[in-house]
Amino acid sequence: MGGQTLRALKGVDLEVRRGEYLSLMGPSGSGKSTLFNMIGGLDKPTSGNVFIDDVDMAQLDASELAYLRCHRIGYIFQTFNLDPVMSALENVTLPMVFAGLPSEEAAIKGMGLLSTVGLGERFHHKPNELSGGQQQRVAIARSFANDPAIILADEPTGNLDGTTGTEIIELLHHMNKERGVTIISATHDLKMVDVSDRIVYIRDGAIERIENREDITIQLGEMGAAH
Amino acid sequence: MSEPLIGGAGQRQVQLPLRKAFAIAMQRIRVRLWRSMITAAGVLLGIAFLGATFTQMVLARHEPAGARAGLSERTAAIQAEEERMRQWWLVGVSLMVCTVGIANSMLMAVTERFKEIGTMKCLGALDSFIVKLFLIEAAVLGVAASALGFLLGFAAALVAPLIQLGGGLWTRLPAGEVLGWLLVSVVTGTTLTVLATIFPALQAARLPPAAALRSEV
Repeated sequence: MGGQTLRALKGVDLEVRRGEYLSLMGPSGSGKSTLFNMIGGLDKPTSGNVFIDDVDMAQLDASELAYLRCHRIGYIFQTFNLDPVMSALENVTLPMVFAGLPSEEAAIKGMGLLSTVGLGERFHHKPNELSGGQQQRVAIARSFANDPAIILADEPTGNLDGTTGTEIIELLHHMNKERGVTIISATHDLKMVDVSDRIVYIRDGAIERIENREDITIQLGEMGAAH
Repeated sequence: MSEPLIGGAGQRQVQLPLRKAFAIAMQRIRVRLWRSMITAAGVLLGIAFLGATFTQMVLARHEPAGARAGLSERTAAIQAEEERMRQWWLVGVSLMVCTVGIANSMLMAVTERFKEIGTMKCLGALDSFIVKLFLIEAAVLGVAASALGFLLGFAAALVAPLIQLGGGLWTRLPAGEVLGWLLVSVVTGTTLTVLATIFPALQAARLPPAAALRSEV
């Protein structure tokens, strides 16, 4: 097909700590999504490596990658990506089916997860019978299906209104603290800054700067004072 | 928290039993019945054309000897030969029509589900499971739509002769031969449906999830 080679990312060197809440911020076209996809094993870098616990993801074969995605990483999408033909419970238990968990066990665990995200009563509803915020809650429950160590959230509040977005961010923050899971989120949402341990700013395919939450809070305070 | 995230290489994803894939595939067909029926209609119409052509062929082959009375043996033979050539030409054309129709329906049905494939891969589905899922869906749809399509074509091909000839027509339709062509039609329809599904599904299943998720139809 030809076409030009485009370098979406160049010279990115990033270390993510276990259990931290990391936000990737940057304008669209900055390479933020590309970086996010590389970290999550959704795409392969042309050159360079992604390591999880000293294991190079590029060395994993298809089956090992599937295992990794199934058991170790939970994905949350901007557009929720729930299966429209399945109920909330079936959606949450699908990764458990892929993991080979027996149905009864999966159902019990799925109900527990739906209760955690506040949708225990609505387990039999199809995605189109739920609001956007509720669908994203189902997606969050699904991402925790196989007790992952890492949650990747791609613009999780991008399709939600402000209040609902805040609720989703609080839920993610709660899960991060409660379960010690590492959360990596690509976002435009400034509300996300408040719960992040670190914020990585991406611009033109490179890391512009990395900020810790404490520093950000001070900056926000100054901005508030300037008004 | 000292448990390694990916305990070295070698942790492989489990293969799910075919029964599980079958259950999920059937659920998909059932819940999306309306969309499945539109897809199936593409297959059905193609096979209906083929079925009608086969039926006409059977009818022509069992034409009573008296029909060509008054013609010399030689002219009758030439006419019969021409008739046969015309029938096979029609079979060829209808086969092409149903190949294009089926390929079109199934390609659309798979490509509109690329995002679903990407999502399933993110959740830990093996490429082979995704392919199995689409294969089963295509096979079920293919068999059902081809069988119905043949019946439709069969019925349509009989309307005119029935009016013309009435009940005497049945003697020209040996059950064995008709069933044989039904089988040929179902096998053709199902094979085309599965082939038209398997290539795009295979391609999508092999894509990195990010690429499958990106594609918009």
